[in-house]
Amino acid sequence: MSGYFVGRLAALVGTLLVASAIVFFAMDTLPGDPATFMLGLSADPQSVAALRAELGLDQPLLARYLDWLAGMAHGDFGVSYTYRVPVAELMLERASVSIPLAIAALFLSTLLALGAALFAVSHRGKPGETVVLAAAQIGVAIPSFWLAILLVYFFANTLHWFSAGGFPGWDAGLWPALRSLFLPAVALALPQAAVLTRVTRAALLETLHEDYVRTARAKGASRWIALTRHALPNAMIPVLTILGLQFTFLLAGAVIIENAFYLPGLGRLVLQAIAQRDLIVVRGVVMLLVFAAILVTFIVDLLYAWADPRLSRRAPA
Amino acid sequence: MRRQGRLTFWIGLALTAAVFSLAALSFFWSPYDVAVIDIGARLAAPSGAHWLGTDQLGRDVFAQLLVGARNSVGVALVALVIGAGFGAPLGLAAATLGGAFDEFVMRAADLVFAFPALLLAIMLTATLGPSGWNAILAIGLFSIPVFARVARGSALALLQRDFILAARAAGKGKARIAAEHVLPNVLDQLVVQATIQFSLAILAEAALSYVGLGVQPPSPSWGRMLSEAQTYVFLAPWLAWAPGATIFVAVLGLSLVGDGLRDLLDPKLRRTI
Repeated sequence: MSGYFVGRLAALVGTLLVASAIVFFAMDTLPGDPATFMLGLSADPQSVAALRAELGLDQPLLARYLDWLAGMAHGDFGVSYTYRVPVAELMLERASVSIPLAIAALFLSTLLALGAALFAVSHRGKPGETVVLAAAQIGVAIPSFWLAILLVYFFANTLHWFSAGGFPGWDAGLWPALRSLFLPAVALALPQAAVLTRVTRAALLETLHEDYVRTARAKGASRWIALTRHALPNAMIPVLTILGLQFTFLLAGAVIIENAFYLPGLGRLVLQAIAQRDLIVVRGVVMLLVFAAILVTFIVDLLYAWADPRLSRRAPA
Repeated sequence: MRRQGRLTFWIGLALTAAVFSLAALSFFWSPYDVAVIDIGARLAAPSGAHWLGTDQLGRDVFAQLLVGARNSVGVALVALVIGAGFGAPLGLAAATLGGAFDEFVMRAADLVFAFPALLLAIMLTATLGPSGWNAILAIGLFSIPVFARVARGSALALLQRDFILAARAAGKGKARIAAEHVLPNVLDQLVVQATIQFSLAILAEAALSYVGLGVQPPSPSWGRMLSEAQTYVFLAPWLAWAPGATIFVAVLGLSLVGDGLRDLLDPKLRRTI
């Protein structure tokens, strides 16, 4: 186990380094001078020179990259050019919307998918299975932002159950905050749940053919017990893979959904920063999201080893 | 199973054909010019004159949908060509050559997977500015590793087979074996993957243009039509129906074609997803 862990950890560090280099150099070297880019063509030379100094553009590229890495290691992501506050502060504030949203969506989609897959498998060959499969097929194809608009139209305009968007802030109390995150979480979760349902169902069908499930049934376990106690845990490996991948999609999806519901999260922050050409904020947020995605892959790898101890005895692939 | 596959395939093909003919039609005919603004007729409900109504600037929604189809399908298609054109040869080469090259390609693929496609697009637009081409680049780059993995995976399984051994014994080099024996046999899987990837590319294009990172105004795209419709959803809900439903039909159609093809080409594969 420890060898496996060290191997995965080394891969994590390596991936992070390469990813950070890509983010840094892509944003720093592409279109000429970042200071001119951020201020626009009509900016006066003095402000450009001031911004150049502030960005440290007079130093060599490699030194700036290392500075940036060292800064991030201390939680310093630079200072936003438009907001005039530390990027880390901005991101922390916005993450208090994005992270609960992503977790709620992950929870909701996993719950829905496990339920739907178990239902489909236990109704194999009956109309119930067809309904679940058709719903999953439709769910995969629905664009989350269209779903968001439909949900707003139906639940905010017609039924008046929820507000059409916006976020009152956690200071307004737990309930109003959660209420305003509910529709966004649903819009984010449903398409993911559809994908997860298909994977979980396929994995369950696979394990149901295994000898140990038949043995469990032969020893008198009910169909439900055989399904949930014996087949489900063994079906979790492919499900975990998809869950890990989905977290990445969830982060990206959150960027879109936050926009649809006017939620002040990381996604809205990064899109606004693009419009304002605030490269420092864009770089910080992109790096944070990439970091989160890579970290989740790492955790999923460790969960594999826990779910299937045989994996950790093999050399890391 | 096969019959079900055939049905899925034909339903999917019909839906896909409907969307593609919208795109094709836009080259020959359009009820209105999408660039013409008619404030007097703004936010008109669907009628005989405007089949799907008009938007906040009085532009015909059906005409925008037609030209948008050209943009959305076009962006997705070019991205797909980039993804398959680079990904499949890379995957084949990785499988055939093995060793350090294989390791390098697969690690690079892992790295691209760690970047959600949208973040890649955000990075590109933050530096190069938003445009249809950058959307193509972002979606295309992201699908390269998908094709590389599928090609490599299927090729690795094939390389163990006897007919490859026979070809090698006959003195054929690695490149010839890859081109003459491996590629034709992994083409099935690549076509299935391409269909599914096409549907994902259309979804990605719509998402990018929805947040303003795709094809730029005044050229219409389904995603931006939706983001504009959102502001008027209480006043003019029809603005949101048509583009959303079109994206949905396009994605559903292509993913049904992909599923159907997979069943038809190899029923055993069905169990994987």
